[in-house]
Amino acid sequence: MKIANKTITATKLVKEALEKAKKYEKYNVFTFINEKEALKKAAEIDAKIARGEKVGRLAGVPYALKDNFLSPEGQTTASAHILQGFTSPVTATSVEKLEKEGAIMIGRTNLDAFAHGSSTENSYFGPTHNAVDFERVPGGSSGGSAAAVALDIVEFATGTDTGGSIRQPASFNGVYGLKPTYGCISRYGVVAMASSLDCIGFFTKTPEDMDLLMSIASGQDPKDMTTLPDYYNNSKTSKAKRIGVIKDFDNEAVAPEIRKVLKEKCKELEEKGYEIVELEMPTLKYALAVYYIIQPAEVTSNLSRYDGIRYGFRSEKAKNLDDIYDDTRNEGFMPENKRRIMIGNFVLSSGFYDAYFLKAAKARTLIVKEYEEAFKKCDFILTPVSPNYAFKLGEKVNDPVAMYLEDLMSVSLNLAGVPGLAIPVGKTKDGLPLGLQLVGPRRSDKALIEFAKELN
Amino acid sequence: MEINCETIKHLAKLSDFALSEKETEALTGDLKNIIGYISQLDELDTEGVEPTYQVFEMDNVWRDDEIIDQEASREDLLALTKEEKENQIKVPRVL
Repeated sequence: MKIANKTITATKLVKEALEKAKKYEKYNVFTFINEKEALKKAAEIDAKIARGEKVGRLAGVPYALKDNFLSPEGQTTASAHILQGFTSPVTATSVEKLEKEGAIMIGRTNLDAFAHGSSTENSYFGPTHNAVDFERVPGGSSGGSAAAVALDIVEFATGTDTGGSIRQPASFNGVYGLKPTYGCISRYGVVAMASSLDCIGFFTKTPEDMDLLMSIASGQDPKDMTTLPDYYNNSKTSKAKRIGVIKDFDNEAVAPEIRKVLKEKCKELEEKGYEIVELEMPTLKYALAVYYIIQPAEVTSNLSRYDGIRYGFRSEKAKNLDDIYDDTRNEGFMPENKRRIMIGNFVLSSGFYDAYFLKAAKARTLIVKEYEEAFKKCDFILTPVSPNYAFKLGEKVNDPVAMYLEDLMSVSLNLAGVPGLAIPVGKTKDGLPLGLQLVGPRRSDKALIEFAKELN
Repeated sequence: MEINCETIKHLAKLSDFALSEKETEALTGDLKNIIGYISQLDELDTEGVEPTYQVFEMDNVWRDDEIIDQEASREDLLALTKEEKENQIKVPRVL
């Protein structure tokens, strides 16, 4: 990525990014443009450089922030009506780390409200468009961030991934997207969706950029008790030899062009001397059902805080306290938010808890074990990110189950806490981006990024 | 499990949603499909398997028992609410 120095100013980098954001306005990538603050920060960095002072590793690098990261610059809305008017008094740890190195946020990006969705169509601000084909979805929920990088507006963007929300949009737009190991990057200051699954990650144009961002953002945070001590910067990357492919995913549910590119890449790897190992992972076909029990259960709990009292939107209709809750939540949540909250209350309610939530938690154990067994047989696993490449806007938005099926191959990683990197590997005959997902054991993030170079 | 309008009304109550009739009807269909999908988990044998609720590798994380300064002040937080009186959030009458 381009970093500000004596010959190229931060102001120039930021101005270029702001101009491109304007040029691609019709893609609906951003929910907020941070023009004034961004230019001010760029001028400060330029002044430092002029004085010969030390600047950070991301000096003057324009980036886009998914609109579920808290910072005082612009409103943090999570693309939801219920958070309209909320300007955060606190800053996410990940944002603090990036800004400390000199990165400059030029805008907040659109998402499915509260990150509930796989197409960025469930946004209060309307859908974002795919960077390559305007008629298609950018994937989701981090669709705005993926498009911002793919349209070359910014050098990188942040994302959150609870069940595929970084990897799937990355592959739909032809960029790199990493969901790190659970606990690698602090979740402090990020709008919570499902706390045992949520991961913070990035979109970049190269594996090298991903490595740089990970080395900056990783590490323990006293404000998030589920962060791991920094292993990323102490990783030893041993050379991988055996690459697993999951037999259970090679079926007609997956688009032929995705199956084809996976086979081609395996052949290339074999020619380079890697061993391809066929894996049987029979529990993975239940991962989506497990995910759509555990995730809504956690969503229900995390979204109970939106009450119209302390911050954000409050219904004008409401006259008494109970109505404030009921009307605010009914008007403030999108239909998909409501579905998930209600499913969560269903699977947790007495009479159904054992059959759904407890059953799913047990199945999660089997999925974790299945990955552990798989990584005894291979170093990494190469799989599709999702069954399809970018689909048409409106195609699945009224059919929740069809939309959920988009997450079929991505959710099991979140359930197991293992990292996955979406890698752009080719194009369909119509020029739509194709991505594959490289999966590794916990704490193998750096090795995954290194290995990504082998696939190009 | 039969999902009908009554189930949806009960879940709406648990969720604090003032749903319209039209929404109730639409959600009945949607939730029927979703619960139908997740019910396939019945097929999976989980006899004797311990549940997993989180995949974080560490158990207890301790810190010193001391007050840590908060980033946001009381004024910052009160500024976010619609109505405020004497350093308190004002809500309509409850009783």
